[in-house]
Amino acid sequence: MSETSKPNVGLFATCLVDLMRPVVGFAAVKLLEDAGCSVSVPQNQTCCGQPAYNSGDKADAADIAKSVITTFEGFDYVVAPSGSCAGMIKDHYPEALADDPAWSARADALAVKTFELMSFLTDVMKVTATGAAFEGTVTYHDSCSGLRELGIKNQPRALLSAVEGLSIAEGNETETCCGFGGLFCVKYPDISEKMVDAKVDDIVSTGADTVLAGDLGCLMNIAGRLQRRGIPIKARHASEVLAGMTAAPAIGEPPDNEMSGE
Amino acid sequence: MQSTSPHFKQNARDALADDPLQDALAKLAVGFPMRRLEAAARLPEFEGLRDEARDIKTHVLENLDYYLEAYEKKVTESGGHVHWCRDAEEARKTILGICQKAGAKTVTKSKSMISEEIAVNAYLEENGIEPVETDLGEYIIQLRKEPPSHIIAPAIHLSKEQVAETFRNAHLDLAADRSLVEPRALLEEARAKLREKFLGADVGLTGANMLIAETGTNVLVTNEGNADLTNNLPRVHVVIASIEKIVPTLEDASTILRVLARSATGQDISVYTTFCTGPKRAEDLDGPEEYHVVLLDNGRSDMIGSEFHEMLRCIRCGACLNHCPIYKSVGGHAYGWVYSGPMGAVLIPNLIGMEEAQHLPNASTLCGKCESVCPMRIPLPKMLRKWRERQFKAEMGSTTARWALKSWAWLAKRPALYRKAMNIGVAILGQFGGRGRFKSLPLASGWTSKRDLAAPIGDTFISQYHKGARGDQSGALMRKKVHK
Amino acid sequence: MSARDEILGKLKSKLEHANAPNGDNPAALHIQEHHKNLIPKRGDLDKAQRVDLFCQEATRVNATINRLTSMDDVPDQVSAYLREHQLPAKIKIAPHQDLKALDWQQKTSLMVDEGRGAGDDGVSVSMAYGGVAETGTLVMASGPETPTSLNFLPLDHIVVVRADDIAGNYEAVWERIRAKSGPGKLPRTVNWITGPSRTADIEQTLLLGAHGPQRLHILIVDQPAT
Repeated sequence: MSETSKPNVGLFATCLVDLMRPVVGFAAVKLLEDAGCSVSVPQNQTCCGQPAYNSGDKADAADIAKSVITTFEGFDYVVAPSGSCAGMIKDHYPEALADDPAWSARADALAVKTFELMSFLTDVMKVTATGAAFEGTVTYHDSCSGLRELGIKNQPRALLSAVEGLSIAEGNETETCCGFGGLFCVKYPDISEKMVDAKVDDIVSTGADTVLAGDLGCLMNIAGRLQRRGIPIKARHASEVLAGMTAAPAIGEPPDNEMSGE
Repeated sequence: MQSTSPHFKQNARDALADDPLQDALAKLAVGFPMRRLEAAARLPEFEGLRDEARDIKTHVLENLDYYLEAYEKKVTESGGHVHWCRDAEEARKTILGICQKAGAKTVTKSKSMISEEIAVNAYLEENGIEPVETDLGEYIIQLRKEPPSHIIAPAIHLSKEQVAETFRNAHLDLAADRSLVEPRALLEEARAKLREKFLGADVGLTGANMLIAETGTNVLVTNEGNADLTNNLPRVHVVIASIEKIVPTLEDASTILRVLARSATGQDISVYTTFCTGPKRAEDLDGPEEYHVVLLDNGRSDMIGSEFHEMLRCIRCGACLNHCPIYKSVGGHAYGWVYSGPMGAVLIPNLIGMEEAQHLPNASTLCGKCESVCPMRIPLPKMLRKWRERQFKAEMGSTTARWALKSWAWLAKRPALYRKAMNIGVAILGQFGGRGRFKSLPLASGWTSKRDLAAPIGDTFISQYHKGARGDQSGALMRKKVHK
Repeated sequence: MSARDEILGKLKSKLEHANAPNGDNPAALHIQEHHKNLIPKRGDLDKAQRVDLFCQEATRVNATINRLTSMDDVPDQVSAYLREHQLPAKIKIAPHQDLKALDWQQKTSLMVDEGRGAGDDGVSVSMAYGGVAETGTLVMASGPETPTSLNFLPLDHIVVVRADDIAGNYEAVWERIRAKSGPGKLPRTVNWITGPSRTADIEQTLLLGAHGPQRLHILIVDQPAT
């Protein structure tokens, strides 16, 4: 890659974004292109393999890892709008393939250039502001993998602080797990409910009208509980705000029926 | 101790409905973490000390045989006796033998998780010897015939009203009009009762937080002073400890002590840190005449060199419990056996078997908070995952879940098929999710029983993108297609 | 096969040591060297600052302190303490030469017993082996003049410690003890005592005076031992 050419970024959309909330994918592409990257979205991508890996299905996780590596290793960077998927590729692919000499080095090589979206913008592309505007008070939830595996803490807040009109109200329990945990929330729903209630209470206590995070799993869990409890706080992926794409309904909200077609 | 670990889910449900327990857990959830943070903030070298503590234990485990031999030699030289025990039964019998030889009627005990592991109290009672727990929390739960619910604060799940009721039922000479409303009154009652026991005991049984190889010394860490009355007053002092408790030198012990209390309760050091070496010397004015160390394996040697080797670094501080969102939701009894929290979830299957304890490594979101606060930097989430791998290989757990996961993985490895299947699935869900979310959904009741489920909007991101969409107004173009 | 052989045998086969056990194994070497690990800088002070830090830390954990310029002041201070807390004029002192040499009869009207602790002792006076400034910790060592039971049985524990014996960190005290006891040896009991006895076992409420002393009073004497 020469000094003057744009970094070639492969977007790892993540299965949740792909299936449940495409706007996050569009926001990611926009943010990366605005930051000066050339973005590709390989069609071959499916899932990072984390459900298999965390369930102890190491064989399938390894197979999926190999196909992700093959699809993405040609890029300068791999960026995912998710701390847990980026963490899976960065921290756990090398672990999952440690005993496979043919793949171990390739996993290491991919790990070095894989990033979560917001920390990529700040730490690698040196973005300080995305030029977006958003009226309102938000609170930010620190997803566990992003925080503890990738050290993501200040970066989303730095970018959000630069959004015109936006103010951030910090909760007391931003670093506490929301109770999603992949299959945990359906295997142990009673405990998960207690955890997400504590998270929701903390969010409510901030007075914010929107909760943001960098991981859709967390957000769907939190949004689902907010709605079940009838609390009108909206949930969005932080990239939607940073890219100025907040006309879309928030997570779990109905499409605007009155909106006239374009 | 008999486990109820297979009933974890029901235990958890009971715990969630237990109001006094939930109040206690809410207090713990704030108190311990805050105090730990304050203690760490006051010590600039804290992180460096954690690294060193880890390195000390790593070195010990690599040379555990040598260190055990060195330790034994020193204990013997100082006039003590070392008894090696393979399992709980051997340990119980050994301890009983020592007590019987000493003609013991009463044995005072300071807090020892190992003694719970081997269930020595019931065994002594069966054989006509009275064991008396002297740690206040342990004393209370002994009266209630309950197991501990936290490895350093065993009665943390109880309200003071419950404690008062326990004393009224057990202390038959308690005057009915004596107020037991305040914690101080409860403490004074316990202090007076236990003082009699301390003075009258024939044998004192303690655990050991560490065993120092350099000098043949056991280290005891308390705030109450009960371990000191236990190890000093009776004629016989018995230490029960598992083999991985060894540390090499007095300096190494000091390093670990610097991170222990700070991680556990946020104190810089516990009130009483005591180093016992052998029986009393001839010229001493007090102290036991006999000193015995019961060295217990009970599954530890199996863990050496295994995927769970690093678990042997644990110093039983309880930090992982105090920071674990699952522990803080359900408390210690839900785990069903001696230990709890993340360290329990890793250790218990090693000690009572993977099948009986199968829920424990699964009841975790792998959030990683435990590892972040462990003074010995034990990779707890990794080891929880290792248990899940073993369970998966052994085909344990829900068949439906396995099938669902396998199907997902199968599809994920076939991108073209995946894409087709997902496009169809998303379109179907999108049709039915007209209000933006599902309140209930067949096959997804695990989710929808507690939360709404957001419905997909439009086609998958990848198909939209490759048809040229860039989503300026977040899918407004797409909404026209699926909106009913 | 004995349990010992079985356990050690299992460990030896798993640990695959490279070197022969001719006495120079890594454990023996490590013990021999007993090198110091990372020591917090906080105790790295001159004597006056060490004593100040000791006082600050011990007070933080509810000990009370008086600083004296001479051992001769000890009896008066003890009397004053008993009066302040309205305690009976009776103490048990450790039979330590420095405490026995004091003029208890002349200076006070206290009943002074000496010896090991007993169940009905109210107030004891002991002589500390030393102190550690980094956490305000007293170091007590068992011996013919220093019975351990005096540290735990009474409700009030008064400890005399010389300012010279207050070290900055734990390691310095271990060096002193090691020099005195000989390599690989310790007295039967070494106690680190940091504040009075406490518990938070009932509803996480902090209470002082669980089984050990409810009050710890420290007399720091800035007079070198003769």
